[in-house]
Amino acid sequence: MLLKHIQKNKNNLAKMTKDKSTVWEVFIQSKNGLAHKHFGNVHAEDKEMALQNARDLYTRRNEGSCIWVVRSEHIVSSVPEDEASFFDPSNDKVYRHPTFYKMPEGAKYI
Amino acid sequence: MQDLLKYTLRIADTSLILGQRLSEWCSKGPTLEEDIALSNISLDLFGQANGLLEYASKIDGSRTSDDLAFKRNEREFYNLQICEQENGHFGDTIVRQFLCDTYFMIFYQELSKSEDETLAAIANKSIKEVSYHLRHSKNWLIRLGDGTDESKEKVQKSLEDIWKYTGEFFEMDDLDNLMSAQKIGVNNIKLKDEWNLIVNQVLSDAKIKRPEDSYMMTGSKKGLHTELLGKMLAEMQYLPRAYPNAKW
Repeated sequence: MLLKHIQKNKNNLAKMTKDKSTVWEVFIQSKNGLAHKHFGNVHAEDKEMALQNARDLYTRRNEGSCIWVVRSEHIVSSVPEDEASFFDPSNDKVYRHPTFYKMPEGAKYI
Repeated sequence: MQDLLKYTLRIADTSLILGQRLSEWCSKGPTLEEDIALSNISLDLFGQANGLLEYASKIDGSRTSDDLAFKRNEREFYNLQICEQENGHFGDTIVRQFLCDTYFMIFYQELSKSEDETLAAIANKSIKEVSYHLRHSKNWLIRLGDGTDESKEKVQKSLEDIWKYTGEFFEMDDLDNLMSAQKIGVNNIKLKDEWNLIVNQVLSDAKIKRPEDSYMMTGSKKGLHTELLGKMLAEMQYLPRAYPNAKW
């Protein structure tokens, strides 16, 4: 049983290479049911190392119940030049914001 | 009671001294992430040692856990000799840690069945931590062994250098026999098959060769150590001995 346990995640290991390690973004779910939040990033050579480094760096004080790691290069980001065309048009359209609704009591995470 | 005290001290010292060794990596790790990982493991080991020393202090009745850590001399320490071996390069540390983690994992699984409730509880708590430590050291060993020619050569050498300290994991002396018979302690001989199973599997995944068993170091059960422990203790114990009532 123990042997099975230690063989877990073997496929996530990369061979040691002389390449520089890559950057991974870390998302942590603090409680079951909540969305994963971006916490920061870590350097790692492979999936398993990224997961362990994220665990060691960001969850030492019981912050999480689940960790996602994603290679930073796989994240597509808008750029500052997009800001005007992406976000400004919504400023004068208050009806897009759900401010006219009453929040149901006890609904914390809406 | 003296028997239980000594038995508890053996387990406590093994965690304490390995923790102290690993803490030497703090601020010197190969990467920031690994620095924190090794320091975390070191802190887990100190936590285990602390629980065990608290228990030892209770059994002892006169010395505090700090007294036990900082006021005993080299010959009164019973940690396995493998724990006091130097960190060397990162591969050396990983190999030492992997061999110890595998041992801890199996040892604590057995100890968790102890009829001594405190030892069983500490063992149960430690298993979760050690299981993570093993995952960390095993993965690194596979990466390094199955890596570049240089990393492979280095960890193969690390393994050969430290192999002679692995015999102590499975030794039994009168005290072990007594504790095992009373269902308080662990029969170390029984640990060997499972330890071999895991070590052989991981070494084969890491594509490195298991050294032949030849001469094995021994002595820690009697408080005999390599020359490295004295220097470690000098550093570890300096402050509480120089300033006996120093507080945080």
